Amino acid sequence: MLHLVLFYIFAFLCVAGAVNLLAQRHPINSALSLIVVMGSLAVLYLLLGAEFVAAIQVIVYAGAVMVLFVFVIMLLNAGEEEHSNASRVAVYVGVPALIALAALVVYGLLHNTPTAGVQLAIGEFMGGVKPIANLLFRDFLLPFEVTSVLILIAIMGAVVLAQRGED
Amino acid sequence: MNEALTFLLFALIKSVLVIFVLLTAIAYTTLLERKVVGRMQNRWGPTRVGPFGLLQPLADGIKFILKEDVTSPNVHKFLFLLAPMLALVTGLASISLVPFGNQITVEGKSTSLQITGVLAADSNTDIAIGLLILLGITSLGVYGIALAGWSSNSKYSLLGSLRASAQMISYELSLGLSVVGVLILAGSFSLRQIVNSQSGGVLHWFIWPQLLGFFIYLTSAYAETNRIPFDLPEAETELVAGYHTEYSSMKFAMFFMAEYANMFTVACVATLLFFGGWSGPVPGFLPPILQMLMPVFWFAFKIFLFIFLYIWVRGTLPRFRYDQLMAFGWKVLLPLAIANIIVTSAIVAFWPQ
Amino acid sequence: MVPLSYYLVLSAVLFCLGVAGFLIKRNVITIFMSIELMLNAVNLTFVAFSAQLHKLSAQVFVFFVMVVAAAEAAVGLAIIIAIFRSRQTLNVDKVDLLKL
Repeated sequence: MLHLVLFYIFAFLCVAGAVNLLAQRHPINSALSLIVVMGSLAVLYLLLGAEFVAAIQVIVYAGAVMVLFVFVIMLLNAGEEEHSNASRVAVYVGVPALIALAALVVYGLLHNTPTAGVQLAIGEFMGGVKPIANLLFRDFLLPFEVTSVLILIAIMGAVVLAQRGED
Repeated sequence: MNEALTFLLFALIKSVLVIFVLLTAIAYTTLLERKVVGRMQNRWGPTRVGPFGLLQPLADGIKFILKEDVTSPNVHKFLFLLAPMLALVTGLASISLVPFGNQITVEGKSTSLQITGVLAADSNTDIAIGLLILLGITSLGVYGIALAGWSSNSKYSLLGSLRASAQMISYELSLGLSVVGVLILAGSFSLRQIVNSQSGGVLHWFIWPQLLGFFIYLTSAYAETNRIPFDLPEAETELVAGYHTEYSSMKFAMFFMAEYANMFTVACVATLLFFGGWSGPVPGFLPPILQMLMPVFWFAFKIFLFIFLYIWVRGTLPRFRYDQLMAFGWKVLLPLAIANIIVTSAIVAFWPQ
Repeated sequence: MVPLSYYLVLSAVLFCLGVAGFLIKRNVITIFMSIELMLNAVNLTFVAFSAQLHKLSAQVFVFFVMVVAAAEAAVGLAIIIAIFRSRQTLNVDKVDLLKL
C-alpha cells in the first residue's frame, strides 16, 4: 500500500517534470525540471531496491551532468526560444505520431507483462555496494576498463573542442 | 506499523533538537570567528553587546530580520528566491546522517543517537551508504551558488558564481577520492560502521594510516566551503561580493548560515572518518543519563577543534589567485588522492593476515 | 506491491516525452536535455527488470549507461559551445549551412 502510494507520487513528479521540460520556453527552467525528474527517478530506484544506483544517479546525473548543463546555459546566456517553420511541422505531425506510438507501447506493456508485482519490500535493498562491486570488478572488468578509456577520450575531446582557435 | 510510527516520532524529536542546536552553534560560530580573528589581529572582537559580546549573534539576527529586502527589478524571481533556500537546505541536510553516539535511553525508551539510525533489539544500524549520500548532498550544494549568481542579473554575480561553482566541482573530485582510503580500511560506507571500526583507543583511529588522505580531505573541504585560503569568489576586494552581491537581509543571512553549516558538516565528517567519532578517554563516574551523553560531548569537542582550525587558518593565510587555485586542485590534489588510493589498496591487499 | 508493468509504462511515457522534446524544441541545449531524459527512461527499465528477476547485472549496465551519458553530455556541450562561438545562435533551424 505504501509502496503504491510512493510510486504514484514520484511517478507523477517524473511525468510532471518531463512535461514541464517540454512546456517551458527558457532552457534554465527546462534544466531545473530535468533535475526534478532525476531526483524522482532516484527515489523510484530506492523503491526498487537499488540503493547504489540511486546514490550515483544523484551524484553523477543530478550533481554533475546537470551542473554542466546549467553552466553552459549560464555561460552562453541562452535566451527564450523562438519559433520557426520547421517546428510547426514537427509539432503537427510528430506529436500525434508520438502519442500513437506511446499508446501502442503502453497497451502492449499492460497486456503482455506478467502481472506478478515486484516482490520487494520497502527497505529491502538488494543492490548494495558490495554485490555490485563484486560484479563490476570481476565479471565486468573489461567493460569497466573500456569505459575509463572512453571517459579519457571524452575529456580530451571536450577540452580540444571548447578551446578558442589560435587567432 | 507501530515501529515505523515510533521511529518517525523519535526522528522528528531528534531532528528538531539537532536543528535547534546546530542553528545556535552556527550563530555563535560567527561570534567565535570575529573574536578569534580579532585576537589574531591584536584587537578585541565584538565586546559591546552583552558580557564579552555574547549577545552579538542575537543582535545580528535581529538586524538581518529587520533590514529592508532590496530586490533589483530585473532578477529572475523564482530562482532568486530558490537559490538561498537550496544552499541552506543542502547545508543542513547532512546533519541527519551523522551519528553522535551509540544510543540513549530515557524512561525505558531507547533510540539511536543519529537521526537516521535504527535501533533494533540487538543491533544499531544506519543507512548502508551514508557516506555516499553525504557526497551526493555536497554535489547538490553547487546549485545554490550557480543559480544565485545567474538569477541576480549582474555581471559581478555571474562571474563570481561561475568561478565559485567551477572551484566547487573541481575540488569535489579530490574530496570524494580522499575518503576512499578510509573506506578501504573500514570496509563499509555506513558512518556508524566506520566509527565502530576505529574503536579500541587512540591508536586505532584512521588518522594514523591515512595522514595524507586527511590532509587532502581537509584542503578539498576548505575549497568546497569557499573558505580562506580558497575564498576568492566571495572576497570583498575581488568581485565585490561574488554571487551574493545582490542579496540583502534574510536571503543573505541564509547564504551566510549555509556556509557555516557546510563547515560543520565538514568537521563532523572529518571527526567520524579520521578521529574516531565519539570515542573519548576512560569513561567517568556520572549518573546514567549524563553517561550516555558523554560521547556527544567528546564529539562536540572534536568538532569545536575543527571549527577553531578553520578560523585559525582564516586569520593566518593569504588567499589563492584563481588560476593557482584551479591548478592546485587538478594538478596537485587529484594525483595525490589517486596515489593515496593506490598505496592504501596495495598495502591492504598484500598485508600478511 | 507495484506491478512491473507500471514501471515499464512510466519508462515508456518518459521515453516518448523525450522523443517529443527532441522533435519539438528548437534550442539545441533543450534537445540535448531530451536525450538525457530518454537515457534516464531506459535506466528505469533496466532497474525495474533487475528488481523483478533478482539479477544485479542490469544495475551494472545502468552504471555503464550513466558513464556513457556523462561522457556524451560533456563532448556534446563542448560542440554546442564551439557552434555558438562561430554562429552566435542556439537555434537549430539557423545552423543549416556548412560554411557561414
